This record gives sequence, structure tokens and C-alpha cells, in this order.
Amino acid sequence: MCVVGIINYLFIYCWSCKGTRGPPTSGAPPVSGAQNYSQFGQGENQNGPPPMGAPPQRPPVSQPYTPGAVNLPGPQHPYGQRFGAPPVSMQHMTNQMASMQVGSTAPSPAGPGYAPPSVSQAAVSAPYTPAAPPTFPPASTASSQPLPTEALAQAPPHSYYGALPPVQQPFQNAVPTFSSAGPTQPQAPPPVSPQSFPQAPPISQPPFSTAQVHPGPTQSYRGPLPSTQSSFPRPPHPTSQPSAFPAGPPPTSIPSQLPGVMQPQPPVSQPSPYHSGPPTTSTGFPPQVGAPPRPSFPGMQGPPMASQGPPMASQGPPMASQGPPMAQANHILPTQPGMPPGPINASLSGPPPQPGMQGYPPQQNGAFGQVRGPQPGYTGPYPGQPNYGAPPAAPASAPAAPKRLDPDSIPSPIQVIEDDKANKGSEPFTTGVRGQAPPLVTTKFQVKDQGNASPRYIRCTAYNMPCNSDMAKQSQVPLAAVIKPLAPLPPDETPPYLVDHGESGPIRCNRCKAYMCPYMQFIEGGRRFQCGFCNCVTEVPPNYFQHLDHTGKRVDCYDRPELSMGSYDFMTTVDYCKNNKFPQPPAFIFLIDVSYNAVKNGTVGIVCQELKTLLDYLPRENPDVESNIRVGFVTYNKVLHFYNVKASLAQPQMMVVSDVADMFVPLLDGFLVSVSESRVVIESLLDQIPEMFADTRETETVFGPVIQAGLEALKAADCAGKLFVFHSSLPIAEAPGKLKNREDKKLVGTDKEKTLFQPQVSFYNTLAKECVAQGCCVDLFLFPNQYVDVATLGVVPTSTGGSIYKYTYFQAPSDQERFLNDLRRDVQKQVGFDAVMRVRTSTGIRATDFFGAFYMSNTTDVELAGLDCDKTVTVEFRHDDKLSEETGALMQCAVLYTSCSGQRRLRIHNMAVNCCSQLADLYRNCETDTIINFFAKYAYRSVLSSPTKNVRDSLVNQCAQILACYRKNCASPSSAGQLILPECMKLLPVYLNCVLKSDVLQPGADVSLDDRAYLRQLVSTMDVAESHVFFYPHLLPLQKLDVESMALPMAVRDSEERLSRGGVYLLENGLNIFLWVGVSAQQELLQNIFGTPAFSQIDPNMTSLPALDNPFSKRLREIIESVRAQRSRYMKLMVVKQEDKLELIFKHFLVEDKSNSGGASYVDFLCHMHKEIRQLLS
Amino acid sequence: MATYQEFIQQNEDRDGVRCSWNLWPSSRLEATRLVVPVSCLYTPLKERPDLPPVQYEPVLCSRANCKAVLNPLCQVDFRAKIWACNFCFQRNSFPPSYAGISEVNQPAELMPQFSTIEYIVQRGPPTPLIFLYVVDTCLEEEDLQALKESLQMSLSLLPPNALVGLITFGRMIQVHELSCEGIAKSFVFRGTKELTPKQIQEMLGLMKPATSGQQGKPLAPHDTAASCRFLQPVEAVDMNLTDLLGELQRDPWPVPQGKRPLRSTGIALSIAIGLLEGTFPNTGARVMLFTGGPPTQGPGMVVGDELKTPIRSWHDIQKDNARHLKKATKYYEALANRAAVNGHSVDIYACALDQTGLLEIKCLSNLTGGHIVMGDSFNTSLFKQTFQRVFSKDYNGEFRMAFGGTLEVKTSRELKVSGAIGPCVSLNTKGPCVSDNEMGVGGTCQWKICSLTPATTLALYFEVVNQHNAPVPQGGRGAIQFVTQYQHSNTQRRIRVTTIARNWADAQSQIQHIESSFDQEASAVLMARLGVFKAESEEGPDVLRWLDRQLIRLFMFHLRRSPFLQVFNNSPDESSYYRHHFVRQDLTQSLIMIQPILYSYSFYGPPEPVLLDSSSILPDRILLMDTFFQLVIYHGETIAQWRKAGYQEMAEYENFKQLLQAPLDDAQEILQTRFPMPRYIDTEHGGSQARFLLSKVNPSQTHNNLYAWGQESGAPILTDDVSLQVFMDHLKKLAVSSSA
Repeated sequence: MCVVGIINYLFIYCWSCKGTRGPPTSGAPPVSGAQNYSQFGQGENQNGPPPMGAPPQRPPVSQPYTPGAVNLPGPQHPYGQRFGAPPVSMQHMTNQMASMQVGSTAPSPAGPGYAPPSVSQAAVSAPYTPAAPPTFPPASTASSQPLPTEALAQAPPHSYYGALPPVQQPFQNAVPTFSSAGPTQPQAPPPVSPQSFPQAPPISQPPFSTAQVHPGPTQSYRGPLPSTQSSFPRPPHPTSQPSAFPAGPPPTSIPSQLPGVMQPQPPVSQPSPYHSGPPTTSTGFPPQVGAPPRPSFPGMQGPPMASQGPPMASQGPPMASQGPPMAQANHILPTQPGMPPGPINASLSGPPPQPGMQGYPPQQNGAFGQVRGPQPGYTGPYPGQPNYGAPPAAPASAPAAPKRLDPDSIPSPIQVIEDDKANKGSEPFTTGVRGQAPPLVTTKFQVKDQGNASPRYIRCTAYNMPCNSDMAKQSQVPLAAVIKPLAPLPPDETPPYLVDHGESGPIRCNRCKAYMCPYMQFIEGGRRFQCGFCNCVTEVPPNYFQHLDHTGKRVDCYDRPELSMGSYDFMTTVDYCKNNKFPQPPAFIFLIDVSYNAVKNGTVGIVCQELKTLLDYLPRENPDVESNIRVGFVTYNKVLHFYNVKASLAQPQMMVVSDVADMFVPLLDGFLVSVSESRVVIESLLDQIPEMFADTRETETVFGPVIQAGLEALKAADCAGKLFVFHSSLPIAEAPGKLKNREDKKLVGTDKEKTLFQPQVSFYNTLAKECVAQGCCVDLFLFPNQYVDVATLGVVPTSTGGSIYKYTYFQAPSDQERFLNDLRRDVQKQVGFDAVMRVRTSTGIRATDFFGAFYMSNTTDVELAGLDCDKTVTVEFRHDDKLSEETGALMQCAVLYTSCSGQRRLRIHNMAVNCCSQLADLYRNCETDTIINFFAKYAYRSVLSSPTKNVRDSLVNQCAQILACYRKNCASPSSAGQLILPECMKLLPVYLNCVLKSDVLQPGADVSLDDRAYLRQLVSTMDVAESHVFFYPHLLPLQKLDVESMALPMAVRDSEERLSRGGVYLLENGLNIFLWVGVSAQQELLQNIFGTPAFSQIDPNMTSLPALDNPFSKRLREIIESVRAQRSRYMKLMVVKQEDKLELIFKHFLVEDKSNSGGASYVDFLCHMHKEIRQLLS
Repeated sequence: MATYQEFIQQNEDRDGVRCSWNLWPSSRLEATRLVVPVSCLYTPLKERPDLPPVQYEPVLCSRANCKAVLNPLCQVDFRAKIWACNFCFQRNSFPPSYAGISEVNQPAELMPQFSTIEYIVQRGPPTPLIFLYVVDTCLEEEDLQALKESLQMSLSLLPPNALVGLITFGRMIQVHELSCEGIAKSFVFRGTKELTPKQIQEMLGLMKPATSGQQGKPLAPHDTAASCRFLQPVEAVDMNLTDLLGELQRDPWPVPQGKRPLRSTGIALSIAIGLLEGTFPNTGARVMLFTGGPPTQGPGMVVGDELKTPIRSWHDIQKDNARHLKKATKYYEALANRAAVNGHSVDIYACALDQTGLLEIKCLSNLTGGHIVMGDSFNTSLFKQTFQRVFSKDYNGEFRMAFGGTLEVKTSRELKVSGAIGPCVSLNTKGPCVSDNEMGVGGTCQWKICSLTPATTLALYFEVVNQHNAPVPQGGRGAIQFVTQYQHSNTQRRIRVTTIARNWADAQSQIQHIESSFDQEASAVLMARLGVFKAESEEGPDVLRWLDRQLIRLFMFHLRRSPFLQVFNNSPDESSYYRHHFVRQDLTQSLIMIQPILYSYSFYGPPEPVLLDSSSILPDRILLMDTFFQLVIYHGETIAQWRKAGYQEMAEYENFKQLLQAPLDDAQEILQTRFPMPRYIDTEHGGSQARFLLSKVNPSQTHNNLYAWGQESGAPILTDDVSLQVFMDHLKKLAVSSSA
């Protein structure tokens, strides 16, 4: 499978550089290039120990690069081909490649071949039709190989460096290119590396902190690159850095770095090398690679290689810088350039490809060469490095530089995201093709349901499942699906159709009870159908009979959603209802804490005021009809107050239940009422509640009885429903579920830490079970001033499909908006009740584990008292038999629920993925974001039972195994010093690191237990988009904002190095928005945003931006609003001034940096990961 | 000297006392031989319009275990300003305020006509009266409506400063907070869970966080304020409460077919009592329970909610087949004792066609002096007027009710008090005058009577302890002093002191005198009370046997047949009801209960009392029977025919019209004064309701001897009961034969 190679990037560390860094943290990378060694012998030693293979690595490193570079090119090409569009996102590439491969084995080598399709457009067409690829490959290979070499030869040294730098800077957007470039660079460098490096280091260091990190490598690099680098950095610096760099370029470049890392892989991915190489690679890689590349790309490759760490970084950045802007251009260019247009490439990304190509080919048996597309990018990056170095250099280049791998050289999330946007954002995603990975969650795209569920409903970690468990075990890639059954769709997509099969109910397989779906094969002229899941044959009921056409399809196939769509709803019959009785319309019960704290912080008044209007917006299915959800009200402190709001009453009546030990509902009639009928009484009540308790002195509260009360009320009314609990303090009053303050920070980090996440008493578990049985979903709004034991209070919400909202130190003026928006959304959102979800799968795999907010009384049925449109369930699958490549793996998620109008419905989502017998296929069609979603949920659940350290270790270990497996089985041979990442997983390390250093797994001293428990529970219901941004916040440079355009400025990587003192940045992670203002931000900018030109006059306490009448202010507020609209929770805006106290909080979200809590920086972690991998491989 | 008849009447008018004997045998042995013990009926608050209360403290004997009140029987040395206690012979000096005392300037308490005197004393701040309504909502709509109206009406009858509270119950119990504006607030309890008083008070928010664990400390003002949420002055919450009552709904919980509504009477009462206990201990308060059915759940449950299981009957009880009886009775007794300890009384207004569990619940009223009213529906005048009459006022415009009374009895040395029977509980006060020989509630010389009306009458039994052969006691007279402290309805604390004295007589030498001093009526009632008291605690037949052994008097024939001792034809609830009233009414009323009064109206003369005998039932008479609980107007066969024919409408038969009207007017007069209002029955010969009459009369003519007696002489009664004639014959035989 040549293709594999294409997918992968080669990642090369500049071990030598690391040596200098010394810091053990980076440990992993320690082993730097030989040069470093020599130079920093001691430093190396320090680092060295961990790395072990440091010395050997270095050389290989450099070599890998080249291959990497080669790979990159490969991917790019394919990209270009498939999407035609310039967007060269490595992933896409890989995917495409994968599919290509599937189609025909030839493609792999074709990978390069793709490259040839220099004509991107042409390429585009190719990807679509599976058949096409094969053809391409051959052609491409032929042409590409030669081309690359040529290109390399031509461009690499001269034009590249010279040209690239400028190019890179301009194109930050061209993230994709980066990735591609990265590889190329590496390739190029290897050859040159050793010698050149030495020189480079010095240069790099000065320019940038990052550079410093790489120094060793950079030096070596520079040796070869010197001219380029120097030229790059310098030229860019002056111009680009100050303005463009700080904000845009650097960040972008950073991302690009990542790609860079990936790039190294690309080489791997480069199928060609792989195939040919694998055997050889393993052993001979280092030497071979090193050797071949060098020769081939003495100048180019050599340096990059050597510097890999650094070079990569450097490349990355450049790439990034180039990439972003370039990305599209690049891709296009690369392909083109890579192929024919040497000059163009040179200027843009083109040039890189050439070098990359060259380097690769030699290394990887020529196949690489084809990959040139990417190469250009790579080369680009290289030049970029200098740039990078430059921008960061300004702030902290010096310190960081010496120790680190150049961050720009490692895979950049931004780059990948931008690539994906560019590649996949324009065309609708059709779900008809099995095993096709969807665009990333960060990409805007339209979905057309053609037989599989939309990725909005289901995302899988792997779209190519291993055929058997051995493979699965070997790869350690989690097989999971993240399912969001009631996900909202954008307006331009059709919601699932409602199918009614009449009185007998939905048609199902006799044996496994799977529902009618496109995977049912009709046979015997349509009289029977064979289940796609269990192969059982079932009679077709007469009223459902239909003839088949000549292809064996039912004639009415396209008239029936259940035969042609991936997602649809079924009407059910009374058999599907609890107690064989159609359900009553559900009810919403609002339970409001009116103890002293709640009254004082204003929540009582706010809630009551808001409910008056909010009650008009209860969810309904038909917007023209009144919602038939009934409402009820309860207030409580240490006793409960129920309210009779019957329409016939002149005044509401309050009924106090003090017998909290034995909760009951004191009234029947008049508690749950229709809003429209009882409006007057309800309003009177809501007016009076704040007054009644204004002078309360009651500080104690209960909690268990509150939920019991709601539950009993629903029981009495015989309906399902949702409780909205507004709670303020630890329930210490004497009652069931009474809690004590057990916050003990001394336990953090010990084996007993897990107890802090476990509920304090078992009462709530029992209660949750009862709630689920009744279909009573609990949403909890917390307003704590101190420890409230979220871990325990959250048990019921998280077991009933509810949500927890926490507003610590709630203050009405600043937090009201956030709370109200959350409340509004929570009340209004579509929700189903009393839901049971079941995932059926093809024989061969089985859903074995589930993550989310629900309860399970057996091993198969996920019971959700409430299921709203934000709730996500992550399901893990395991093999219990073999799967066949032919049929693929099918899964059907069926959710039986009561709609908000009281109808009993079934929602069906079908999903088919491919099966593979080659590991390479598996790695080619993965989705890192989804894997991270799974890992995070898995880890967050594990902290309940294991010490967090073990959890972290096992995460790292599994991740290392995944990557090692890839390296061992799929990547082209290269030196052990190379870090080779699968294209699809090149971001795995960075994201995993984010998970590892998250507050739950590695808390800082200032993180409360409640916060950790809260986040833990929060993450358990997140979908992929949410978990993505949660772990890798979105950071926008506002000074780059183009007021005229609707487009957002390209995000930058989450690192302090990417922040410019002159800039203003917006950071959001799904929970918070920060507006970071640099000390030397332009006055005009400040004037536009804050209405004041003076930095010192900006009020750090403001929670919303002043509405100023200038385009910038308007646009910025629009952006903030639109960002908020994307998230399920309203994000409070915090203004952070650079060097202000608050900045500490802000920095916490710069996840690529080292964190206060001891979390590793991205670079360090990557090195660590590499070390782990190498250990596994050795 | 007037006749004994006059003497007795005079004493009763002045002191409210009727003694069984007005000459007391001087030794224990002789007293025992008299069969009817030395005893008396005492009406502590007998209305005495002619007796203005004095505004000072009584003067007490200084001996610690005596403390008798200065009275006209005391020897007074006006010169030395010293008086001798006539009970313990302690010589006491007058307090300084009596310095001006002399033969011609005597304080009221020394004047013979003031053998009964009332003092108004200052003891602590006056506390308003408290009325706590406990209302069953498991009623028929019509009943509930009527009840709501009655309750609303009652608000206007309450003293303006009285505190009212409202508890409603059904499946659950709601304690309504009355102080809140705008929103009606109530505390709700489930009806199945027994709560300790402490829990109840906690749940009602009556407990202040114990600052320093002082217990038993009287509630500070702010605490009272807290409790005032539930008990508010009528004048303040009149409107609120009227609205609240107006909005009262039937218990909303569905009652499945074949089930009784779930009625949590037991818990409702325990909460009511717990509430008062926590807020106004030792203050006059009435808990007024209005219920329309038996308690069906929780502690105090009388019958399950399955309709197929009928409520217990006497039959079940005798067969020991009443599942909940003992438990429920025990539960309510415990409640009653708690209420009594705090001086709170409980009224029961039970209106339902079936039994409502009075048998079990009655002790609440019996022990606390509360009323019991039993009717068929709240929508009857019987209930409405009776209820209204609870709030009737006396000649001074003050309510005929008093609270928190304690009755103390002091006797001269030759007498000891054996016990009391009436709406009281023992205060367990031992003293020199307490007899070991208990009759009724004994072993004490003090009783608590939580609620008193001017009619409330206690029976007190004494024992003569003078030894045989000992000389007739010094002074020749025995004395008894009754000291009743109570809270007047105008919130004043008052003390009424009655001191009586009777001569001692040597039974051997003066037996005729003693015989002539016998008060037949008083004795009958006193013995009947003893009988009822025994009937309550012992098996029925045994009581009858005891009575037969004890007495051979005419009255007893009717007593034997009365519902006080007979349970035949009565439900347990009815028996309880009748007995309740019997042990608290004054002598006249009691006599009516024992032997109903029968008046006959005819053209032959003015209305005349006739024998309660079937022979009195004649076709041309109208009979008016008053059994205390029922008022029956019975039209003889001919009269009934005439009436049906409408003669009374004709001018020429004006006299017939008047004849018809006469018993109605008399009945009206009785209805006006009687509490509780009797069941008023207007019937005629052959009418179904005539049974009320027929069951009471002496069955001198029955289907057995019908022909022997001739048809025209009266109406035959279909019964196997013996007639008075047979009874007497038998009695005579026994009297002779069993004398051995």
C-alpha cells in the first residue's frame, strides 16, 4: 500500500537542538542531531538518557525528514486531485488515498502518481471516483517521480529558500501547504543537515525562541539552509514579523509546524516508500534514508533533516505562514509546481515540493518523489522557520530557543483545520460512500444524506475498521462512534423524515430486531429481506411488499426514507410505550433554591423574572401550536415549597413540605399546569417569590428531597419530564442526601484522589435510577460560593441525560447574561424523554462500552430520562468475531423516545464503515478529533476508579502504541529518531497532550475539586466539535480582522509565542471567551474596540464590549455572537490585559505551552511521545 | 327548716352542688351499707348572674398541704385578726389588707351567702383564646360547602382578639399560614407518617435554633410571632381566612372505586396538638375537628380504605375482630393526654351517615372537655345550629366557655375523695384528702378540665373514713371545698370557690334522718355515671349485673335500657356519643337522658307529662318526647289522620291548629337551649321515625301480651324486652330471696 506513505508525515526531531535545551521535560526529544551532541554533550546527556537512542536518532532524523518531505508531496497531490481544489489537507489526502487504495492497490505508489496530477482540478475529479485514482497513480508515479527530483533539484536550494521565505510569510493560510511542506523540508534537510546545521542554530536562535529550541538542529539545518534561513528570518522579520507575523503568521506557522511534524510522516504515508521500504525502513531506514536523502537533497533536505526538530518547526512555521495563505494556492501550486511549474512553486509552495520530491524519491524508492505536491509545502515551511523564529524571537525567542524543538516544525492544528476547510468546505459531503471520513468538525460543510447518518449525528474514530480483533488490538486505535442522536441540523439540511409503518409498527429483523434500513437486502423478488446485521431472513409484511428492479433494489427505494437514508424517524405503536399506554405530554418543573445565598446573589429574582417570558418558549414540534408541556414550580431551602397555580385560583397557593426525610408531593391538581391557562397565576407567583424570600435568613439547603419532589410530582402526574434545579450551596440540612464538606486537596495526586470524583453517598445513585425509571431528567444550575460537591450533586443529572451548569461566585451584573442565555437555551431546546438507545451492529463487532449522561440497567440499553439535542453518547465497539471487507461494518443506533409533544418516536441512525485487513487502511481513515473525544471520555471516567497518574500514563501508553504500531507496520522505513505520524493522526499528540494536562487529569493548585468534577461530567456529554474546542481552544488574532469580509481571520496556535504584544486576540473554548489585549496594541484598534485609545483605560471587568459605531466594533461583536451561537453554552466574555493578573487564567488555555500545573508543552510532549514510541519499537 | 326538697334546690341554685345524701353517715361502715356512696354532682361554672366576682386574691390557709380558701365556715377572731381553717384547724392571721376587718365589716367570702364566690386574679399576661379548626376535606361537595359556610360564619362569632388557625386534611394535612399577604401558604404533611411533637414543631418552623439549649423556657415574644403565622387574631385575618375557606377544595386525590377517601385524621390531630403545644402551652385553646368520615390511613386509622371492609361494629368488638381499635384508641388517648397536659381541648364535629370513628377518637374530647357533636351531614341545622351555639354568649355578653380549668377538692378530715367522673383528667396530686379507694378518676385531689361550660358537671365521689364507734366528728359537720381555677372567656384568670357542709348523723340512731336526706335524682345520676364509667372500661353485661346488684330503683329500669349501658341497636360511635354527653351534663339533663320525658297534648286539657309507657301512646294525643338527643313529636293515629285531611287549615278548627302548634312551640323552646342541638323528629303513628319513640317507652304492651291488655289502651311494642312490671316483679322476688 504505497498510499500509506503518502498519508504520513515524517517528523524529525532535531535532537541536537534538544540537547541544548537540556530541560528534561522535553526529554523525549533529547536525542538531538549528532552535532548537537557534540556541541552540547552534557545537555544531551541529560536529555539523552530518556531518549536512549538519541545519537542514532539524529542521523536518522535528518533522513526521515527527507522521506517525510517526500511523503508530503505525495499527499498533497492526491489532495489536489481529489478535491481538485487547492486545499491540501493531509488528512483529506490520506483519506482519499485510502479510498484510492481501496479501489486499487496500485494507488499507493500512485500516491506520488497523484502528485503528478499536478493539475489539481483534474485531481479533484479523480478522488471522487474510486476508479480514477488508480489510473492517476500510475501516470503520476511515472511523471511525478521524475518531476520531484527535478523540482527538488531546481527549486530546493535556490529558489526555495530565496523564494519561499517571502512566500511563506504571505501565506499563512496555506496551512495545508505546510503540512506538505513540512515533509518536503525534512526530506530536503536530511541530506544537507549535518553540516549545515551547525550554522543554522545560531541564526535560528537569535531570531526566535522556537529557533532556539532547535538551535542544535537549526544550526545544522542552517548549515544547509543558512542562506535561506537567514534570508528568511531577516527579511520576514523586519516586515512580516512586526505586523503580520505576531498575529497571523506565527500562529499559523506554528500550526504549520505541526504539519511539519506530520510531514515527516507523510513520507511514511507516501505509500511508495512504505511498500518498498517497510522492510528496509525498519532496519535500514536511518542509514538509508539518511544516505539517500542527503545525496539527493544535499542542500535542502540535509538541513531540514538535521534540524528536523528545529527544521521541522521552522519549516512548519514557514509552511504555516505560507501554508495558510498558500494552502489553497499551494496545493494547487504544489501539484502544478511540483509537477511542471518549478518557478511558480518556488515562489509559493511550489518550490518546496520540488525539493521534497527530490528528497523523497531517492529515499523512498522514488515513490516519494511523486509526492512532491506536499514537498513544495514543506520546503516552504522551511523557509518559514526562519520567519517563525523571527516573530517569536521578538518576545521570547532567546530563552525558548535553546531548549526546544521548533514549534513551527511540528504538526499544527491550525494548519490541519485550515487545510480541511479549504479542501472539504466547499462541496457538500454525501454520505453514500461507505467508509468515507467526513470533514473535520471545524469545517463548515453541508451534508447530503445518501444512506448513512450525517456526521452531525455520528462520527467514528475509524472509518476503516480492522477486520479482526488481532488487528484492532495491535493498532490500539479505539473503535468508537460519537453519536448525537437528536443533533440539530443547519437550516439547509433536511431534518429526518418521519416514517409510519402503520399499526404493526416499524418493520424489523426477526432475530436482532434491527429496524428497516438501507442495509436490509431484499430477496426472493422482494418477499423477504435479509438483515444486514445478523443475516437473518425475515418475511416482508404484505402491506410493505414491493417489487425489485433489475439491480435487486426495491422499486420504491427512493420513495422510502428508511430504504435510502441514513437517518429517519419512525412512528411507533403503543407496544413501544411504557406500560402499553401512550405517554402523557411531559412536564417541566422548576425548583428554585431560595436560601439566603441564592437570594443574596440574585439568582432567585433573575430566575423568576426570566421564567415569566421564557415559559412562552417551551419546546414544541409545531411552532404554530402551543407547547403542551406543563409546568410546575417549587422553591426550597431546607424545606420545600410547592405552588398551586391552578388557573381558577385568584392567587397562587404555597404548600410547604417540611418532611424532607420522606418526600411526597402535597398536591395533585394545580401543580402541573398549562402555561397559557394559568398565566396570570404563574406571573403572580413569579412576582411574589423574590419578595417572599427577600428577608430569609435560612442558609441551609436540602438537595436530595428536591429531586425526589420533582420525581414524585412526575410520578403522580404519570408523565416524563425535566427538572430545572437552581441550587446554591452544599446541602447540609438534615435530609436524605445530606452531604458534608469533604474537599481535601491533600488527596489530590494520591491514590485516594479518585474518591473525590465519586459520589459521597450512594443515595443519589439510587435516586437517579428511580428518576430514569420515571423519565425524569434533571438539569442542575449551580451558583456556589464554596465547595458544593459537584461530584455528588451531579450524579443525578449525569445519569438522567441532564446537564450541569455551574456559575461559581455568581454575580448578577456580570454573570446574569451568561446564566440567562444558558437557561433560555436549556429550556427551549428540543428534547426527548424517557429515551432508550440501542446500538446494533454487524455480527463481528459489538457495542461494549458507552460514555455519556445516561443510565444503564443492562449492558445494551442506554437509558436516558431526557435526551436533548446537545447530548452525545460515545460508544466503543469491540470485535467478537471477524468482519468482512466486503460487507463492512454496519451499525444502527435506534433511540426510542417521547417527543416534547408526547409522541412516542424512534430515531434511527445508520452508519456503515469499511473494514480493512491492512493496518495502513485503518490509519488512513481515522479521525483524530473523534479519537480524542473518546480518549477524553474514557480517561475522565477512569479517574473514578484509578489514580489520575495511571490514567494519564495509560493514555500516553495507548497513544504511543497506536503510533508505534503505525510506525512499525505502515510507515516507510526510517531512522528510529524520526517521529512518524499517520497523516490522520498527526494531531494526536498535541490533542492528547491537551487532554492530559486538562484540569481533570492534571489540576493546578488553583483548580477546585468542584471544577474538576464539573468538567469531568461536562466532557462526558460533549460531541466532537465541543471536545475539540474545549481541549484546543480557538484563538483568533483580531488585528488581522478584515472588516469587509465575512471570513474570520485565520486562527493561531494556542501558544504564548504566537501572541503579539501589539495584537488583540479572541480565545474561546466552548465555556469562555477571552479577549486578550496586548500591551502595545495599536491605539486605533483599542479605540475601535473599547472606545478608548489607552491600554490602561480598558476596564478588565467588562463582560461585554461597548457597542461602538465603527465597522470593526460591529464586526467583532458579530463574531463574538456567532461564536457563541455555535456553542451549546453561552460563553462569558472576559477581557484580559497583557501582564494583568487575569492573564494567568488566560494562559491556562494556551495549551501548547507548558502549564502551571506541570503539563508539558506541546513540543516537550511530542518528544516524550516519541520516546515512548521508540521504546515500544525497540 | 324547709323541706329537704327546698334545701336541695337552694343548695343547687347557690353552689351548683347536688349530693346523694344530705346527711352523712358518720362512719365508714355505715356509709358502705348505704350502697349509694357519699357523692355529689358539682357544676363548677354554674351561671350565677347574681354573683359578682371579687377583684382580689383569695386568702389561703397557710398550712402547706392544706391551702384551703377562707370561707364562711371558718371561725374568725375579729379581734386577733385570726381565722381558723375549717379543714385543718390551722390558725391563720389575715393578710395586712384585711386590717379593717370586723364583725360589721366582713369580706364577702365570710358571708354565708357567698359559700360560692369567684375571684378575679392577676396571673401573667392575658392570653387570647385560640381556636384551631381542623377540617376534613374528604367531604361531599355539598357538605363541604355547608361546612365552609359555617366556618366562615363562625369567624364573626369569635372574639375579635381570639387567635384562629386552620388545618385541613384529607390524604395529606395542610397547616395554613394566615399571616401572608398575596399568596396563600400552607405547610403540608403526609398523612401516613407519625411525627414527634418536636419534629412537627421543627417542620412548622416553630423551633428556633437552640441557642444554648434552654428547655422548657416559655416562648419568647419573637417565638410567638413565629407561631402567629398559623394562629392569627381574627380581626387581622378575617378577610384572608374567609377567602381561604372559600377556596377550600375537596381533597384532590382521586378515590378509586371501591375505596374510601384517604383521611388522615390521626396525623391532622397530632399536628394540631403539636402546633398548640409548641406555641401556646397552658393557654386556653380549642381544637375543633370537623370530620366527615373515619380515619382511613396512618396512625389513628380506624378502618382501611377498602370499602369492602366495613367499619367495626359492637359485634366485631365483642368478637375481638376490630383490627385497628386498640391501636387507634391508644393513639388518640396519647394525643388526648398531651392536649390535656397543655390545657387544650378538642371538639369533634362528626357528620356522616356512617360511623366516623368516634369510639376511638372520643377520648380526645372526653379527656379535654371538648364537645362532641354527631350528625348526619354538615348541611343540617343540627350541625349548623349546634356549632353556632358553641359560641353562644351569656348574660354578660361573654362566651359560655372557659379554659384550662383545674378543680381541686378539699375535704374535712372525716372525708376523703375517691374520684371524679366527668370531662377531666387527673393531675395526680396526692394529698391528705385523697382516698385509696378509687371511684372514677381517682388517686388525686386535683383534676384538669381543659374546657368548661356553665353546664359542665362533674360527679365526685367521697369516702367516709371515720371509724365505726368513733364519736360524731367535732362540730357535727363535714365540709367540702371546691376550688376551680380557670381562664375565663374574656381571658381573665378566675378562681371559683365553693364550700359546702353537711351534718354528720349516726346511722344507728338517725337512720330515718339519713333516709329522708336521700336525693333520689342525684343518686340516680351519680350511680349512672359510675355505671357508664364502668361500661367504658368493662364488658357490658358485667356492668348491668353490677347495676342490678347495686340498685333497685325505678330509674334504673330505664338506665338499663338506655344507650349508655346498652349497645344493642347502637353503633360504637353512637354509644360513645351518648356516653360522652351523659358524663358531663348537669343533673336535669342527665335525668332526661336516663328517663326521657314524655308530654301528652290533647283536647282534654293542658299538656301533661305522662308515663314513658306504651300505654301513653294513644290515637288522639300528640306526644312530645325529649330524650336529650332526640326531640320527637308523635302524632297519634287520629290526629295524624286529621292533619292529613287538612283540618288545621280550616278556620273552624282553629283549636286543632293550636293543638298541633303547641308541641312545636315547646319543642322550639327546648331546641333553643339545648346543646348539642337534639335531633328533631316530627312523626306520626305508623311513621318510620316513630321508632324513636317506640324504642324508649316501657313495653307494657307487646305482641306477647297484646290481647291481655286490650287494644284501645295504647300501642303495642314489638320487643322481647321485659316491661317495667316484669322487671319489678322479678326484682321483688330477688330482693327477698337473695337477702341472705
